[in-house]
Amino acid sequence: MPKIDVDVTRCKGCELCIVACPKDVIALSDNFAPSGYYPAVPVRPENCTGCKLCAYVCPDVAIEVWK
Amino acid sequence: MKKVFERTKGLVDIPMRYCPGCGHGVVHRLVAEVIEEMGMLKKAILIAPVGCSVFADEYFNTDAIQGAHGRGPAIATGLKRIKPECLVISYQGDGDLASIGMAETIHAANRAENISIIFINNAIYGMTGGQMAPTTLLGMKSTTCPAGRSVDVNGYPFKMCELLATLDGAYYLERTSVHAPANVIKTKKAIKKAFTYQMEGRGFTMVEILSQCPTDWNLTPLQAIERVKNEMISYFPLGVFKAPPKPTKQETVKV
Repeated sequence: MPKIDVDVTRCKGCELCIVACPKDVIALSDNFAPSGYYPAVPVRPENCTGCKLCAYVCPDVAIEVWK
Repeated sequence: MKKVFERTKGLVDIPMRYCPGCGHGVVHRLVAEVIEEMGMLKKAILIAPVGCSVFADEYFNTDAIQGAHGRGPAIATGLKRIKPECLVISYQGDGDLASIGMAETIHAANRAENISIIFINNAIYGMTGGQMAPTTLLGMKSTTCPAGRSVDVNGYPFKMCELLATLDGAYYLERTSVHAPANVIKTKKAIKKAFTYQMEGRGFTMVEILSQCPTDWNLTPLQAIERVKNEMISYFPLGVFKAPPKPTKQETVKV
């Protein structure tokens, strides 16, 4: 099953990946990352198709995609 | 299951210090990926500008030099002339390229210097705290035009691609943006074309990339990409402004 990995130490919670995802897989976490931001996390990983759109727009290159 | 997207080897494995939602990170990734795909990691020289991307040399896994404000094209000229086998990239922002570095940029293009410029246009001076830049849109507020940019006092924003397209020395000029995934993919193709033309020795190439600056625009990252989409692209139209001439019908017909 395709999946994404978000590196929470790099993520700054800008939400660009959330609007880029066509399947609403990603949302902001309720918990702080070590950097002090609310990081993006995959909340509906079962919907992920591995399309890589989130990784394309991530300004911090924090997302890895597996397919 | 295999990895289909991973961090490029062209970037050093440290977190970037840009603000959340800044377009610099995306462009850094694209430039690094193209350098890696071309196999030029050992032969690329990046010129970091003055501006938010002044520390670009720390993020790229290539040789780099940090230039004086606006003098990227002049440094690139010297480097390319003594090391023609290297890929020389001048990474510049709008305050750097279109304001203090305007003379260097125009003269480098006019001399048909064989260099590539990556021009990040976010319509504001980011590092110094959001002052008006030469590319600030009409009516847009900044700390030095708090009532909005007006034609009477500040003139019109510069359209760099259109300006340079009038010069015979410019070989390839394209304007793209990074506000949506499709535009990011197009930007990568444009960067690859520019670097390929440079290595083929064709002449001056520049890719202008419209980017968002949420912090100094006083917007959230999501509002900032809406501004790029709705306001910036209508003033700075995307597209190719100068490209190599297509072969004519007679040239393509095999004799």
